[in-house]
Amino acid sequence: MRLTKLAFVAATAIGLTAPAAMADLVFPALSYRTGPYAPNGIPFADGYADYLTLVNERDGGIGGEKTRLLECETEYNTTKGVECYEATKGEGALVYQPLSTGITYQLIPKATADGIPIHSMGYGRTSAANGKVFEWVFNYPGTYWDAASIIVKYIMNQEGGKDLNGEKIALVYHNSAYGKEPIRTLEELSKKHGFELLLLPVDHPGQEQKATWLQIRKERPDYVVMWGWGVMNQVAIREAASIRFPMDKFIGVWWSASENDVLPAGEAADGYKAIAMHGVGMDFPVYSDLKTHVYDKGLSAGAGDQHGTVLYNRGMLAAMLAVEAARTAQGIHGTAKITPAMMRDGMENLEITDEKLEALGLKDFVPTFTVSCANHGVPGLGAIQQWNAKDKTWKIISPFIAADRDVVDPLIEEDSAAYAAEAGITPRACE
Amino acid sequence: MFYREAGEFKTSYEDDQATFPIAFDRWRYYVIVALAFLVVPFLINPYWEQAIFLPFFVFAMAALGLNILTGYCGQVSLGTGGFMAVGAYACYKLMTGFEWMPMPVIVLLSGVCAAGVGILFGLPSLRIKGFYLAVATLAAQFFLIWMFNKFPWFYNYSATGQINAPERSFMGVLVTGPNTSPWATYLFCLSFVFIFAWVARNLTRGRIGRSWMAIRDMDIAAEIIGVNPLMAKLSAFAISSFYIGMAGAMYFAIWKGAAEGTEAFSIEISFLVLFMVILGGLGSIFGSLVGAAFLTLLPVLFKNILVGQFDWPTDIAAHLEIILIGGLIIFFLIKEPHGIAALTRIIKEKLRLWPFPH
Repeated sequence: MRLTKLAFVAATAIGLTAPAAMADLVFPALSYRTGPYAPNGIPFADGYADYLTLVNERDGGIGGEKTRLLECETEYNTTKGVECYEATKGEGALVYQPLSTGITYQLIPKATADGIPIHSMGYGRTSAANGKVFEWVFNYPGTYWDAASIIVKYIMNQEGGKDLNGEKIALVYHNSAYGKEPIRTLEELSKKHGFELLLLPVDHPGQEQKATWLQIRKERPDYVVMWGWGVMNQVAIREAASIRFPMDKFIGVWWSASENDVLPAGEAADGYKAIAMHGVGMDFPVYSDLKTHVYDKGLSAGAGDQHGTVLYNRGMLAAMLAVEAARTAQGIHGTAKITPAMMRDGMENLEITDEKLEALGLKDFVPTFTVSCANHGVPGLGAIQQWNAKDKTWKIISPFIAADRDVVDPLIEEDSAAYAAEAGITPRACE
Repeated sequence: MFYREAGEFKTSYEDDQATFPIAFDRWRYYVIVALAFLVVPFLINPYWEQAIFLPFFVFAMAALGLNILTGYCGQVSLGTGGFMAVGAYACYKLMTGFEWMPMPVIVLLSGVCAAGVGILFGLPSLRIKGFYLAVATLAAQFFLIWMFNKFPWFYNYSATGQINAPERSFMGVLVTGPNTSPWATYLFCLSFVFIFAWVARNLTRGRIGRSWMAIRDMDIAAEIIGVNPLMAKLSAFAISSFYIGMAGAMYFAIWKGAAEGTEAFSIEISFLVLFMVILGGLGSIFGSLVGAAFLTLLPVLFKNILVGQFDWPTDIAAHLEIILIGGLIIFFLIKEPHGIAALTRIIKEKLRLWPFPH
């Protein structure tokens, strides 16, 4: 009895302890393949995993050093995300992609204290774009505030390039830190351009939106902008269709822009627009490499049915940027075995050029940019993509538009200064 | 074999009323307390702190609070998440409003704020009972979360509605913020749970606890023998919310460091704490601790075994974990509907008689 009890305690202790460390370049993925946000989490996780597999299989790793993916399930739940972070950081994790704004907020102070970079690609805390305050946090190639400004600019273009006096724009948002992010920017923009802003929160997980769309039918906004995620997107698009809201005046953020969101509404979703931070579809040479080195060898992550979807491409982009940053770091420090601190230097000096993209088989996939010490959120560009329900494809319908820096930059400055004061950080100089 | 009670004589009423009347139990308890206070702080690392001990302490505190209300006083509550939120937001406002205030005082005051709100939402319990009261407390849950989300004053007008705990130290040691040492936060939370578990144990043995139990067992009879139902029920609500508020404050300030009202204090937390209390044992201090340990540690344990040791895909492991924990809950409730505390009590009684069956 005593022995079995002891054995049980020992087994429990082993089970609760995180597994031991190993060499290789470790890329943790805080993914969510279960829970209400799984339909969005799976393609991103697959894209991230497949690109890292491709780098291992085709190039033999980065600079001769194999990559190792460390996947940890978060269910988009903050507590689980932090547990994942604590469990994996000891294994030499180079960069975290929290893939949830809530988890990002939790990890920013922790990772800064531990000296591990965070790449919250197009999500998380917008003011982290200020590298002077947020040394360890990166959110290139764009932030929520950029997205909000780009959407408003696009709407102004649609309306003939003039100010939006008397127009009404409704924001349907996930009632969480994520969904609330664009409000401040949109409020500034509404002052600047004279439109009326209507705020319509939707509570997690967003399956019930009848009241929200009833209000939209009553208030008749000219445009609806959406900051949604997971099942909330599908429901919103279905509800919009049911009140016959014109789809081409319904614009989602880049997290409300996947196939999963529009397919359930069928034909009715035709013409729905969303902002894009990268190219759509499988028309990139990298896919033929993926096919030979990953898919045909049976190494696809997950079920292997997500190839070419918007979020799969985004996962791939995240992995590509991480790999390129690691390569840059290896170049700077002259060693293949980089540490998280070196990785940070790599991210801060990351340069995405047309030649690089072409060599990677990703020509015109993303706009080019150069990260700098002071600006971690470059380039802040976004295009508009539109859904074609007949062909079941997304199509980019606008050039890449720049955000209104006059509005966004002061806001970033203000919010990051508030954070610096709160957390007792003295901003770096960044000459 | 384990319990050799030969030679143990009780010579006073105090001995007879002791929490651990058997010497073996008493020594085991001393050893565990000594281990927790004197050994673990030297061995603890951030993973054990963040993923195992702090969640356990926070939920143990919340379960203690709910057990006072539901287990001892018989008032079902689904508002735990809301009361934890009161504690957390009170803690945030106090931390940012009064920078000089020492952290333990802040945690206690957060509990006091939650107690006030608890009394307010406990008022309906004088008229309604059982499921109907559960629905009334459910209203507390939704109302409080809505309020913290609606009025920006509660989150100091931050852009996202997140609250972040600034760095605070106690006796020269950091206890909140990202730069804390694991042992500091561990000892801080452990002390709170230890002291207040002791307080709860003694409250429930005394006059107040007995009046709660009288109300629980039959309120009309209790009223006839002179228990004031107003005082008994409201004191149960107040003390229960005080505990839950402190749990909320520790949850936000010490453990997580940041919180978002809608996610961190959702209805799921209310259910989770209720399950801890039911599974651990209604009306038992030990049961609250075991229930909290069961539901906070098992998921982590399964995850680490399935993914860490067997290298299974994370999604399959996550689904299997839900199935396993659900299965275990059903198993324990079938084996012993009165919770794990009752199960250990039966085992102990058997062991005391062992090897003789009678």
